[in-house]
Amino acid sequence: MAKRIDVSDLNVYYGAFKAVEGVTMTVEPRSVTAFIGPSGCGKSTFLRTLNRMHEVIPGGRVEGKVMLDDQDLYASGVDPVAVRRTVGMVFQRPNPFPTMSIYDNVAAGLKLNGLKGKKKLDDVVEKSLKGANLWNEVKDRLNKPGAGLSGGQQQRLCIARAIAVEPQVLLMDEPCSALDPISTLAIEDLIGELKSKYTIVIVTHNMQQAARVSDRTAFFNLAATGKPGQLVEVDDTQRIFNNPSVKATEDYISGRFG
Amino acid sequence: MSAADTAARAPSAPSGGQSSSGRPAGGRPAEPPPALGHPARVREARDLLASVVMWAAFALALIPLVWILWTVVSKGYHLLSEGQWWTNSQKGITSRREGGGAVHAIQGTLVQGLTTALISVPIGVMTAIYLVEYGRGRLAKAVSFMVDILTGIPSIVAGLFVYAVWVTTFHFQRVGFAVCLSLVLLMIPVIVRSTEEMLKLVPNELREASYALGVPKWKTIFKIVLPTAFSGIVTGILLGLARVMGETAPLLILGPYSKSIATDLFSGYMATLPTMINQDRTESLQPAVDRVWAAALTLILLVLLLNVAGRLVARFGSVKK
Repeated sequence: MAKRIDVSDLNVYYGAFKAVEGVTMTVEPRSVTAFIGPSGCGKSTFLRTLNRMHEVIPGGRVEGKVMLDDQDLYASGVDPVAVRRTVGMVFQRPNPFPTMSIYDNVAAGLKLNGLKGKKKLDDVVEKSLKGANLWNEVKDRLNKPGAGLSGGQQQRLCIARAIAVEPQVLLMDEPCSALDPISTLAIEDLIGELKSKYTIVIVTHNMQQAARVSDRTAFFNLAATGKPGQLVEVDDTQRIFNNPSVKATEDYISGRFG
Repeated sequence: MSAADTAARAPSAPSGGQSSSGRPAGGRPAEPPPALGHPARVREARDLLASVVMWAAFALALIPLVWILWTVVSKGYHLLSEGQWWTNSQKGITSRREGGGAVHAIQGTLVQGLTTALISVPIGVMTAIYLVEYGRGRLAKAVSFMVDILTGIPSIVAGLFVYAVWVTTFHFQRVGFAVCLSLVLLMIPVIVRSTEEMLKLVPNELREASYALGVPKWKTIFKIVLPTAFSGIVTGILLGLARVMGETAPLLILGPYSKSIATDLFSGYMATLPTMINQDRTESLQPAVDRVWAAALTLILLVLLLNVAGRLVARFGSVKK
């Protein structure tokens, strides 16, 4: 299921503005890779290029290559919609569809892509909710609105919704930044379980979180305000936190800037 | 600030008190102002003044409204309480005779309003979708500008325009459908603007969540964005409908009054409540005058009903909490 992502020499632009410059890195399958760095350094922007979500923003475009195993995501003829079915995404703020029940939220991806058959959908919904550690909390109220859940439950609902379409890769853009510590712990535990099946990339501002959940960590930084963000280094999380090879990384992690 | 003011406050200045501009400077001996600025009574006085002004403005605005309602209800209700008002037309009833009803006019207003909505809603909603979800650059700006212009068109101009096309150019008869066309011109901008606002209220995060599931844009709009904004859009449509139903100028030009029930939009004259009011208003005989008030009250009730329906849809909308 899980696939490797190979990025080479990637530049991201919004219109004429170069937001991210020259990123080359590999994201290993069945592992958690964390992106850390100060605000505005382009880590979220870069994350969005991994499933072409940056194209949703007018003027967003990239130069360079992103390979998902042996498939070039930006080759001509590749449908961004198909890319997003393979590379799922969870957002900063829980965003369940407000018109839909819990059940429909989880089934949304499949239903909207034309899958029918109640039995099949029932199975997928149950499997996905179990996969997101939410099944026991909501199994008796699947027809209640998804927006009625707590923030942490909503975020797990969004994760269930994302894994219901069986992606290869799961991108998470600060998935815990709107949650309280207990909900955060629940999500972090979930990430630990999900990595046995998916390639996970998580953007986080919380360095303890990066240290807790990730196998590898990438540190992004920008030379100055208005300059494009860059990948400073990427390595095993242990090394990044204990013995980084670049001084800026050590300064950032120890809180000397950012 | 006067010299006296400065002088009066001078003794307190060394104690480090804050200035209290706006306080009367006259006769009163200057006490040292409290460290936390204005005394509470100054703020309370201002609060009271502002409250009085606001309530007065509200009451002033309410006077004509209550007056109109009172006049129309008191003069119109007795005809409405008669059964035949809701079942009979004015066929064969002269202005000096009592009796007859308004069903022909009510029906005409409803049929024309509904037809207008049927044409305007798809065009208006689609235009709003284009402007919010797709429109970029010059074309979108041009469309938006056109909608603004359309909003500003006086209703009589819309009526004259359709007359020029329908009657002068194509030599068609003045029929109900021509009225609908002119009302469409007035209703489209209302629907575009209200739908636009509702679509803009749908958080972008929902669109992104849908895209991230690999749902194409058009499906995202139809299955996620529109359902989320549904109750707001319907409310806007009903309010727009209420407005065009009370519209009169195009009706005077394109929809002459007739005393009998007409259901065909494409031939013959079709009565409406505004034209019924206009017809009988020129009469000085009491039965006709009574009918004017009753028709006015009926129109108000119809519009009120649509407004209430709009609010109900808004309250019990599709977004579940």
